[in-house]
Amino acid sequence: MHLYNLTLQPPTAVTQAIVGNFSGARQQEIIVSHGTRLELLRPDPQTGKISTVIASDVFGSIRSLAAFRLTGGTKDYAIVGSDSGRIVILDYDPKTSSFVKLHQETYGKSGARRIVPGQYLAVDPKGRSVMISAMEKAKLVYILNRDAAANLTISSPLEAHKNAAIIHNIVGLDVGFENPTFAALEVDYSESDQDPSGEAFNNAEKLLTYYELDLGLNHVVRKWSEPTDARANLLVQVPGGQLASSDRYDGPSGVLVCCEDHIIYRHMDVPQHRVPIPRRRHPLEDPDRGLIIVSAVMHKMKGAFFFLLQSEEGDLYKVTIEHEEEEVKSLRIKYFDTVPVASSLCILKSGFLFVASEFGNHYLYQFQKLGDDDDEPEFSSSSYPSFGMASPSEPLPRAYFKPRGLENLALADEMESLDPILDAKVMNLLPNSDTPQIFAACGRGPRSTFRMLRHGLEVEEVVSSDLPGIPNAVWTTKIKEEDPYDSYIILSFVNGTLVLSIGENIEEVQDTGFLSSAPTLAVQQIGEDALLQVHPQGIRHVLSDRRVNEWRVPPGKTIVTATTNKRQVVVALSSAELVYFELDLDGQLNEYQDRKAMGSTVLALSIGEVPEGRQRTPYLAVGCEDQTVRIISLDPETTLETISLQALTAPPSAICIADILDASINKSHPTTFVNIGLQNGVLLRTVLDPVNGQLTDTRTRFLGTRPVKLVRIQTQRNPAILALSSRSWLNYTHQNLMHFTPLIFESLDFAWSFSAELCPEGLIGITGSVLRIFQIPKLGTKLKQDAIPLSYTPRKFISHPTNRYFYLIEGDHRTWGEEAAARKLDEMRKQGKMVDEDVLDLPPDAFGRIKAPAGTWASCIRIIDPVEAKTVAVLPIDNNECAFSLAVVPFAARGGELHLVVGTAQDTFLSPRSCTSGFLRTYRFTDDGAGLELLHKTETNDVPLAVMAFQGKLVAGVGKALRIYDVGKKKLLRKIENKVRYNFASAIVTLNTQGSRILVGDMQESVSFAVYKAPENRLLVFADDSQPRWITAVAMVDYTTVAAGDRFGNVFINRLDMKISEQVDDDPTGAGILHEKGLLMGAPHKTKMLCHYHVGDLVTSIHKVSMVAGGREVLLYTGLHGTIGILVPFVSKEDVDFISTLEQHIRSEQSSLVGRDQLAFRGYYAPVKAVVDGDLCETFAKLPASKQSAIAGELDRTVGEVLKKLEQLRVTASGF
Amino acid sequence: MSSELRYTANTQLEHLHARYTGTGHADLTKYEWLTHQHRDTLASIVGHPTLTSYLAIADNESIGRVKFEMTERMLQPCGPPPPKDED
Repeated sequence: MHLYNLTLQPPTAVTQAIVGNFSGARQQEIIVSHGTRLELLRPDPQTGKISTVIASDVFGSIRSLAAFRLTGGTKDYAIVGSDSGRIVILDYDPKTSSFVKLHQETYGKSGARRIVPGQYLAVDPKGRSVMISAMEKAKLVYILNRDAAANLTISSPLEAHKNAAIIHNIVGLDVGFENPTFAALEVDYSESDQDPSGEAFNNAEKLLTYYELDLGLNHVVRKWSEPTDARANLLVQVPGGQLASSDRYDGPSGVLVCCEDHIIYRHMDVPQHRVPIPRRRHPLEDPDRGLIIVSAVMHKMKGAFFFLLQSEEGDLYKVTIEHEEEEVKSLRIKYFDTVPVASSLCILKSGFLFVASEFGNHYLYQFQKLGDDDDEPEFSSSSYPSFGMASPSEPLPRAYFKPRGLENLALADEMESLDPILDAKVMNLLPNSDTPQIFAACGRGPRSTFRMLRHGLEVEEVVSSDLPGIPNAVWTTKIKEEDPYDSYIILSFVNGTLVLSIGENIEEVQDTGFLSSAPTLAVQQIGEDALLQVHPQGIRHVLSDRRVNEWRVPPGKTIVTATTNKRQVVVALSSAELVYFELDLDGQLNEYQDRKAMGSTVLALSIGEVPEGRQRTPYLAVGCEDQTVRIISLDPETTLETISLQALTAPPSAICIADILDASINKSHPTTFVNIGLQNGVLLRTVLDPVNGQLTDTRTRFLGTRPVKLVRIQTQRNPAILALSSRSWLNYTHQNLMHFTPLIFESLDFAWSFSAELCPEGLIGITGSVLRIFQIPKLGTKLKQDAIPLSYTPRKFISHPTNRYFYLIEGDHRTWGEEAAARKLDEMRKQGKMVDEDVLDLPPDAFGRIKAPAGTWASCIRIIDPVEAKTVAVLPIDNNECAFSLAVVPFAARGGELHLVVGTAQDTFLSPRSCTSGFLRTYRFTDDGAGLELLHKTETNDVPLAVMAFQGKLVAGVGKALRIYDVGKKKLLRKIENKVRYNFASAIVTLNTQGSRILVGDMQESVSFAVYKAPENRLLVFADDSQPRWITAVAMVDYTTVAAGDRFGNVFINRLDMKISEQVDDDPTGAGILHEKGLLMGAPHKTKMLCHYHVGDLVTSIHKVSMVAGGREVLLYTGLHGTIGILVPFVSKEDVDFISTLEQHIRSEQSSLVGRDQLAFRGYYAPVKAVVDGDLCETFAKLPASKQSAIAGELDRTVGEVLKKLEQLRVTASGF
Repeated sequence: MSSELRYTANTQLEHLHARYTGTGHADLTKYEWLTHQHRDTLASIVGHPTLTSYLAIADNESIGRVKFEMTERMLQPCGPPPPKDED
């Protein structure tokens, strides 16, 4: 088995975001890290929308990012700390629209190790140096400068190591132009490691240490080190230094030390200031729980600065420092607003706040005000004795605020993010769909969603209206060449033409010069201010003064098809003749003296747009009934001579020539494509050589069951093609690469572009007798998402075999269930305590839920109708139970009646795993599956993490035990537990079955094969894996093969020897297996690993599905950070050789952006085995042309052939 | 640190041990080994974004809190060291 890995949806989680002028222009951009991918985002200050500029895979794991600007520079660079053991400085080059690696300095081993730097980055605000630090001990300082040619230079590293120091955070101090200084938050463990009494541990001090880089001596010294709060976790830079122009200080310099419950202002040799972090006054508040700041941002404005700190609840606090020159008078904190908990916050100068959420969608907010003059309570250090530091070890009295809706911020834009995907199913549930949908349970806590993903572009309908008849075509046209918008809509019916004018209303007009008594074949705004209508009997040239010049067809003939552009008209007559017209300089349409006889009925014609600055386009494409397409010259020298010919597999139904930019073929100029739609629903795309008119590089694609129609339209001011069959497809350029994506819309009979003031880049189409105007808002996204909100973190879901509902279990740790919360509140009310109802009424999806102590759970079962996209019913689970697993079981003892079994556990603690009791809840379906009725609860001794239907019974993985249950009147009855020598090490997390074989995935011990021997009632494990694996997802590929994902981001495939498989099946009683000797302290047989690959994302589900109608089955996996990828089996040995060689060549040409070796990354935990990295192969399209041809040359292919092969692999496997 | 010097007088080895924290040696106690293992694991969890997300989802804490608690735990992941024998 050899697999090709292809990412369909790259990870959408943002682990870090930085802001800066990366393109060197005035506009600020944001670089976000998706863990294994860097993306440059550009927020538009006018519209407040975020758009992606570029995104590229880095083939490494990004751990830290920092924006950095040289003194006096105008352009920011991005410094990346990763698991490559190298520091990398990236520059965004707007010309080529790519990240360029400026420097790459190696300092250590690869991998996210304890003492190899890369975890933290801190830059000097004046852009002179950078510190990169590890989790422990190692800190390196690089000096950055510019050389004579103003290029960025980097020095060799200077060490600032401190042995046995755990580093919590580092930050660059703002010291103006004095020596660059960095602050680090460190804890020394050497004493606590030596002290058995534990006293040293209890007294361990967290030190705030300043490291000064002496630029004169080229040396780093530890300048100052003082203990600070033991629960400090984050440092924030405070502005400082003098302005060059005046003597004024920007700020007091120093750092804010964010601790649990407190913020401390700290600087060398000056008094400290401490304020409490205000808390929500919630009646159910856990008083023992501290509050920490998880993200922070400082913003400098003219002569002032402020901080926004975000707590783990999502509340933003505005922190200000009142200072006189360098002396701090007070530190003030007040509540600002509440937004989702962020992994990074970015403030843009244009007045926006980008919130990169740690889970779920990301948001862009616009500042409405800065919270300066509201009546929020403000807490100042000056109102506490000695600025809050009278007794530093004692906490300050708690401060409270009342959370409220957004006041200072307003939502501007939202970026959809699947992160985290916790479970998924791939099924085709929608009516009239031939491709499956992906259903994903996403998100965490109250912001969780259940999403349906469909491949295709989202379509937004603007207007739709019924027409009196069924038109067969629609056009729009401007009246004059320089008009910005269209003026007329022309509808062609079987026996007439209707003209509508576009204005305040859309209404019929009569005096347009168009012939209304005949159908129309083509409409064109021609020349400067004339219009043209082609109808079966002739051509009407309507001049601006409404005079009409009409060309009539010779008697006995009709026009069958026509093609036009701004200066040229070609019509085909029923006698298989072509007539060519061209506009002369006086605006007269002149017929070319000869007519061209084609010899076969012409079915389709197309000419391209007139190229800029030219008189005419030189090529005409003619599709004839004899299954050919001919390219005919329109050049004055060789008018109507045939240049080339292409044979087809079916008669053509439409042709469309368009010049579209595709950087994989030509980086700088648009390529001329001849798109040929066939009557059998296939689209051919060929490249027209602009010099000799030959057709090359043919690609085919099946669009649908109806004859293809093609329309040339505009998207984002670039030409694109709309292809209509039983589905509509859009072929367009996005980020310089060509995309071909279906539209998620009803099938269209005809369509045309539509441009009006309110809808500048719209489309108009007809379906039956309905006229629809629509637009495509999100170009570039390949998956359309429809979401249903959930209450708690989704755990797992399951489909019903007969109805269309999904059954989903949700559960949150550290959360009060609704019933438990109500009970507690009632108690409090009875005791006469004040209960603030306003706080309780806050919507949890915006404010989250109050944190409860560990071991408190809220959970529910939800029934979802995925087609209608709504929740049918919600069943809360009480008694502090949480649901962990579910299965639909047809119990044989009940005549095969379907039951839902949900595995729950009460008072569960996670580490170490414990519960007072586990339960198997058995439900009966009511109302055709729309409801559930609890039959009984069966106690178990551990948490049932996996349940599954098996031969009319239930198999449950209860902790370490594998058991089979049958249904009884009052309980499930335990039939057997595997009591064989080979127990599962920690907990059973997945179960799969085929026949009497059960595949058991263990939390730490990989997948084992077990068999149930019914005659003897034996449950026996007969094979397991030779290495430990922390299984997260398993799918059976076939009876002997299993695909699984582990917690560290690997996917792998294991296979059991066929002989052993047969031997086990042939053993009727299982006695043979029972008495076989175990191997390597495990089962007697071992599976063999066939494939291994590191995805870079934690795999949460694997499915064996076919993604296209009639296509091959592939393995689709979903990742925690929102990745959706597929593993495609290669069909032939030649393909394997070809693609692996290609991968090898690209690997040597394309070095990773973070300096990680691609092969080493894909073999992070175990060497890559029999899997080709398709994401790397697809970067072939982005390589410079010279490298492309060099690689293609090595492979004895042309560049086009390589690209075609890659596209074919993608399209046949996924349809994407 | 001095133990291997005593037996092997290999100064280079000692230098390497000082440089690469966590490297084992012949006289490593169970406690030391375990503590190193735990610190390595905790550092690895903090260093891998997917793992911190995973733990944060399981425990319903913010990622920032998970990273903080993991880093805090690195100070003494396996409790105080066992009392030393008198010799």
